[in-house]
Amino acid sequence: MSMKDYADRISQTILDQEAAIAAEWLAQLEALLVRSNAAAREQLRSHCQQFLKAFAGATRSGELENIEHRSWDEVRDLLSEISATRARSGSTPAETATFVFSLKQPLFSRLRDAFTGDADGLASASWTINTLIDKLGLFTITVFQKTKDQIIVRQQQELLELSTPVVKLWDGILALPLIGTLDSARTQVVMENILQKIVDTGAIIAIIDITGVPTVDTLVAQHLMKTIAAARLMGADCIISGIRPQIAQTIVHLGVNLEDVITKATLADAFVVALERTGATIAAKRTA
Amino acid sequence: MERIPILRMGDLLLVTIQVDMHDRLAMQLQDDLTARIVSDNAKGVLIDISALDLVDSFIGRMISNTAAMARVLDARTVVVGMQPAVAITLVELGLTLHGVKTALNVEKGMALLGKNFQ
Repeated sequence: MSMKDYADRISQTILDQEAAIAAEWLAQLEALLVRSNAAAREQLRSHCQQFLKAFAGATRSGELENIEHRSWDEVRDLLSEISATRARSGSTPAETATFVFSLKQPLFSRLRDAFTGDADGLASASWTINTLIDKLGLFTITVFQKTKDQIIVRQQQELLELSTPVVKLWDGILALPLIGTLDSARTQVVMENILQKIVDTGAIIAIIDITGVPTVDTLVAQHLMKTIAAARLMGADCIISGIRPQIAQTIVHLGVNLEDVITKATLADAFVVALERTGATIAAKRTA
Repeated sequence: MERIPILRMGDLLLVTIQVDMHDRLAMQLQDDLTARIVSDNAKGVLIDISALDLVDSFIGRMISNTAAMARVLDARTVVVGMQPAVAITLVELGLTLHGVKTALNVEKGMALLGKNFQ
């Protein structure tokens, strides 16, 4: 019996038994469903039916070894959609892969019935279906991962946008409250923002507040120093404020040299220094 | 051959770079400026680079060196009007103009030089 004949028989079996396979498969999937509610079950059912229909259609082409073939387009599209939906709704990779892999058992039991008394045929058919489902499973995971990656990239961009405000505190005084870890990409954005703001406002002093920076390692310190050096080249001095006790300890232990920079414990202290530099003072209002 | 003009204001020398710096122009400026500082007995040099919007490592080093040379000749040097993009480039190149004063614009640079004389 040739490969094509096997494919035909497999395809025929699936087409004949579509309803039964669907029922058995769905029962299995529902048993595994973590968040069992009406909406989730309904979505699962519609996914199952759509997938099985497309799957049965695709097997009819006889291309059971190459899922990149044109006849599998519909199946791949559908799987991409299901996988992407699951990635966005927070399913685990295992849950997503199980969707495809759990189809094996119902298929195998139908094949066993169809190939009764033909051990060789059953073995070949099982192997074919096994590889096919594995390929589809891998495809699902690939799409799942891709969707997750896209989500991560999008979130990174959003973070970059919202995390680097430069505020003007007084004439000639800027403040840059940093929140979160400084990596190279963020440093670049921070640097560009603060330098542009220095030009716009004609500031002569900028306070970089690192209260919101969780840890300062040598790399973060280096990024800070770069920002300060760039600001100095533009004619503005920088003060680092908001240094927490642990951070002070870390900086000294790491041997980071902050000697050329004015450092203050709190933003308030830094502001007083900045005011002195610009020639302004703060005095309590005299009550007569 | 084109040159960057060096203007004299009292005992200050004012250098405004208004054209694209190329290597030979930068070398010429170094020669001219050092010569003028000595001949005019200048006490201060103000280099305005606000029109300079891109630098390479050579020009960056020339600015840094020119400023350092002026300082060695006992003229207080202020580099003013550096563009953000230029500042970032210089920092990435590791040229932080150590020991050279900087200011945002000519006005502030003048104030800085004036203050230093008193």
